[in-house]
Amino acid sequence: MEIDIKKPILDRNERLAQDNRKLFDEKGVFVLDLMASPGAGKTSTILATIAALRDRYNIAVIEGDIASKVDAEKISAHGIPAVQINTGGACHLESDMIQRAIEALDLDELDLVIIENVGNLVCPTEFYLGEHAKVMILSVPEGHDKPYKYPNIFQIAEAVILNKYDTLSVFDFDEAEFRAVVTSLNHAAPMFPMSATKGEGVDAWAEWLTARIEAVKSSS
Amino acid sequence: MHEMGIVSGILSSAVDAAEKEGASKINDVRVSIGVLTEIQDFALQFAWEALTPGTMAEGGELVVTYISPVSKCSQCGTEFEHDRFEIVCPDCGNFVCEQLKGRELTIDSIDID
Repeated sequence: MEIDIKKPILDRNERLAQDNRKLFDEKGVFVLDLMASPGAGKTSTILATIAALRDRYNIAVIEGDIASKVDAEKISAHGIPAVQINTGGACHLESDMIQRAIEALDLDELDLVIIENVGNLVCPTEFYLGEHAKVMILSVPEGHDKPYKYPNIFQIAEAVILNKYDTLSVFDFDEAEFRAVVTSLNHAAPMFPMSATKGEGVDAWAEWLTARIEAVKSSS
Repeated sequence: MHEMGIVSGILSSAVDAAEKEGASKINDVRVSIGVLTEIQDFALQFAWEALTPGTMAEGGELVVTYISPVSKCSQCGTEFEHDRFEIVCPDCGNFVCEQLKGRELTIDSIDID
């Protein structure tokens, strides 16, 4: 017997993500899902963002990794609340993991939660976590050809950070070509060249983020 | 390997629906997947074979219809098919386009006994 279902495959993930989002909106907390490959500088970018915005906003971080507490410890060392999620092999975070992680955070006291997704350019793209924006980082040593290989992540990102920008002359990275391809995939996303560990180029990114944080605060 | 997560989603919805109908076996599950989701067929079938044993869908088939991307030009309104990489209006060259098809992740139907 054939039965019609016509339902999203990720129905459960989607529903829990919407619950998360409702809670974030009620509390006026802007939530960012940061995606990149391993080693692109997600944690360094988070630390640079914390340095730029900590005087103005209360920030917490959710760290997603297959294993270890290394990243959460790095963030906690700066006096910022950090929750570590170990996916135990899974290549991306899902909304139920975020639901459990936020139990450890006092959302009433927060303005910004940064979720560091598992290092991966493919899998995190399909899973809505309840965030307000997905942002991706590509680092210069990865090469300007990555949008050809992983178009999906460049399409869904609301902003693209080009990290390790200070190494541009060392690597054969064609910035003009990279910008042209990213624009053809996603005309709306701003690009922020940055050297996170040196704190260079962080201002423009922090300004973009501030506008987004304020929008959520003012509508809560 | 997000195919594991996708297949768990498919399986839990299919089993829920089959249980509601009082079924004892799922013969096949039909799904539609947009090619922009970067889901790999071999990984999807591998995950299906790994996750179905011991469930009602054991021995059942996962039938996938892949959907090609279609976008609509925001400037001249032309609707056009394209690949995963180049989304440019063939009529006016504009790349500000609305995605109409290609991101589907839907369970269409199940066949049960």
